[in-house]
Amino acid sequence: MENEKDVLEVRNLKINFNTYAGTVQAIRDVSFDLRKGETLAIVGESGSGKTVTTRSIMGLNSPNAVIDSGTIMFKGQDLLKKSRKQMDQIRGRDIAEIFQDPMTSLDPTMKIGKQIAEPLIIHKGMKREKAYAQALEMMKLVGIENAEQRINNYPHQFSGGMRQRIVIAIALVNYPEILIADEPTTALDVTIQAQILDLMKELQAKTNTSIIFITHDLGVVAGMADRVAVMYAGKIVEYGTVDEIFYNPKHPYTWGLLNSMPTMDTGGTELPSIPGTPPDLLDPPVGDAFAARNKYALKIDTEKQPPFFKVSDTHYAATWLLDKRAPKVTPPEPIIERQKHYAELVHQEIDKSKGNHVEEQEEQL
Amino acid sequence: MAKYLGKRIFYIILTLFIVSTITFFLMKLMPGTPLTNQAKLTPTQIHQIYKQYGLDKPVWQQYLVYLGGIIHGNFGTSFQFSNQPVSYLISSRLGPSLIIGGQGMVLGVLAGLVVGAVGAIKANTWVDTSATIISILFISIPSFVLAVLLQYYLGLKLRLFPIADWGGFMYTVLPTLALAASPLAETARFMRTEMVDVLSSDYIELAKAKGLNKVGIIYHHALRNSLIPVVTIIGPLAVNIMTGSMVVENIFSIPGIGEQFVKSILTNDYPTIMGLTIVYSAMLCVVLLITDIVYGLIDPRIRINK
Ligand SMILES: Nc1ncnc2c1ncn2[C@@H]1O[C@H](COP(=O)(O)OP(=O)(O)OP(=O)(O)O)[C@@H](O)[C@H]1O
Ligand SMILES: [Mg+2]
Repeated sequence: MENEKDVLEVRNLKINFNTYAGTVQAIRDVSFDLRKGETLAIVGESGSGKTVTTRSIMGLNSPNAVIDSGTIMFKGQDLLKKSRKQMDQIRGRDIAEIFQDPMTSLDPTMKIGKQIAEPLIIHKGMKREKAYAQALEMMKLVGIENAEQRINNYPHQFSGGMRQRIVIAIALVNYPEILIADEPTTALDVTIQAQILDLMKELQAKTNTSIIFITHDLGVVAGMADRVAVMYAGKIVEYGTVDEIFYNPKHPYTWGLLNSMPTMDTGGTELPSIPGTPPDLLDPPVGDAFAARNKYALKIDTEKQPPFFKVSDTHYAATWLLDKRAPKVTPPEPIIERQKHYAELVHQEIDKSKGNHVEEQEEQL
Repeated sequence: MAKYLGKRIFYIILTLFIVSTITFFLMKLMPGTPLTNQAKLTPTQIHQIYKQYGLDKPVWQQYLVYLGGIIHGNFGTSFQFSNQPVSYLISSRLGPSLIIGGQGMVLGVLAGLVVGAVGAIKANTWVDTSATIISILFISIPSFVLAVLLQYYLGLKLRLFPIADWGGFMYTVLPTLALAASPLAETARFMRTEMVDVLSSDYIELAKAKGLNKVGIIYHHALRNSLIPVVTIIGPLAVNIMTGSMVVENIFSIPGIGEQFVKSILTNDYPTIMGLTIVYSAMLCVVLLITDIVYGLIDPRIRINK
């Protein structure tokens, strides 16, 4: 592992799908790290490759998927080189996943106690009683009331929010290193959504699990993630800390995403969505895949793919606008507002660290 | 549960009442008479015979007499076998029909489940294709053709089983096979569709994410969920077996009610036809009741209450 704190390192991942229409280049050179205990959000429009990326971490891509290149390093081993049997042992023990729709993710004919106990029985070879006792603990931990009785209930006896809690209990029952959450709240209504997100944060604090949180709703990301990776057409186009992505975004695609994000102010008003549609991944464009939809596109965007430009130690963006030779462009108004806010944030940080410094000195004195 | 059962049994009785009424009046409307040698009889003789069977009374009176009889388990006397009560005729022939029908059903459904499940697990491979071809064949070949083929090859040529007649397990093999083919094919097709559906569902995805291996996924999650809907086709399959048995019993000369039914129709033996119709309806009602109860027992989402 390059970085000690990393639990997962994805490098140069390229995944194609063989279809009748041709080869779909779904993931086109994706690299990222996941640190211990952090939440990494992957955001992007539908079809950008978020699910395919995480499915390959789980070793559960569809049969027509071809891993063209890349490595996924976990505990010093490349997951892409593991056999199916080896992956069976890692899934549900070291890496777990929760899905979008809690109404369909649970087996309708199995008592939930058994469903929660299952990963313990599979991976730890636990006896029934012990596994059920632990399942019960887990149910209490995820906030299911009357757990003693409800352990014998079937999924249809629970509401959507409760079911997602059960799914979370299943995922965390073995205290995995990594939890993949693929749009875990999209199917829930807003108040329940907030409760589930709170629960995930609370459990993460207890278990120190690293979370890969997939969503196309940037609004959810703000309160949830430590870092954000923005995906477009099978590539990561920008990544950085939450503050960097929200208040100092550099990629025009990130601008577009942020502008179409509902906030307190916009309330119920119509949001500007990014015009146009993502490119056809059967035949992706030569240059920057976003160029066709980008009003700030430069000539070079249609000719050459932009490399990552460093914005800070933690913040990178793949857009030619960051090249020294590029003309200065003015981002959309709301983005400028965000950048002002960012400047304030940075100042506060500096003041705070100065303040701390002063205090330390005083103590020494 | 008791209340539910009571309600269902009431409906069964109502159904049987309607069935017997409809059959009764349909019989009255049928052309032809039960007297095969009518031409040779004098009007007085005919009148005498009609009187003996109560056919001289007005239709509504005949109907009441008939209903009254049924309530006491009396379906009248067969026209064909002059002294035999229909109820005796039926009860003495019910055994062989239940045996081959039951065997055909169990064999067909069980084999169908296996073929369907294997087809789904190996979806879009040659295994699946062969399973589909077998199903289509078994559905499209009428049971009487299959019966004759079985009779010819396994009975006459290879001499593995008796060609016809009744008398022990070996005699049941060929008719059972002939009857089982169609339920097998139907069950297999249904099971395959259900299981392909289930295998692509989110909870199977979650089971994979838990680290369950393929066998575990099928055994713990896929089978039960695909099996439940299959219960709903048991009723139609029973109908399938009943109609099939009428032909198959004739081909193998089995002394069952199916064979009797055909004979009765050919001889205009009204009381026997009506009696058998009611018996068939009753059997179907019972099968449907049992499948509904079983469905409620194995599917936790459906609870039979009140
Ligand atoms: N089995 C497959 N065969 C062919 N193409 C596929 C397959 N699975 C995914 N793709 C393609 O890969 C691309 C990425 O899909 P993916 O599901 O990862 O998108 P996503 O970012 O998760 O979108 P969403 O927000 O809608 O979930 C899409 O263009 C999709 O059509
Ligand atoms: Mg997705």
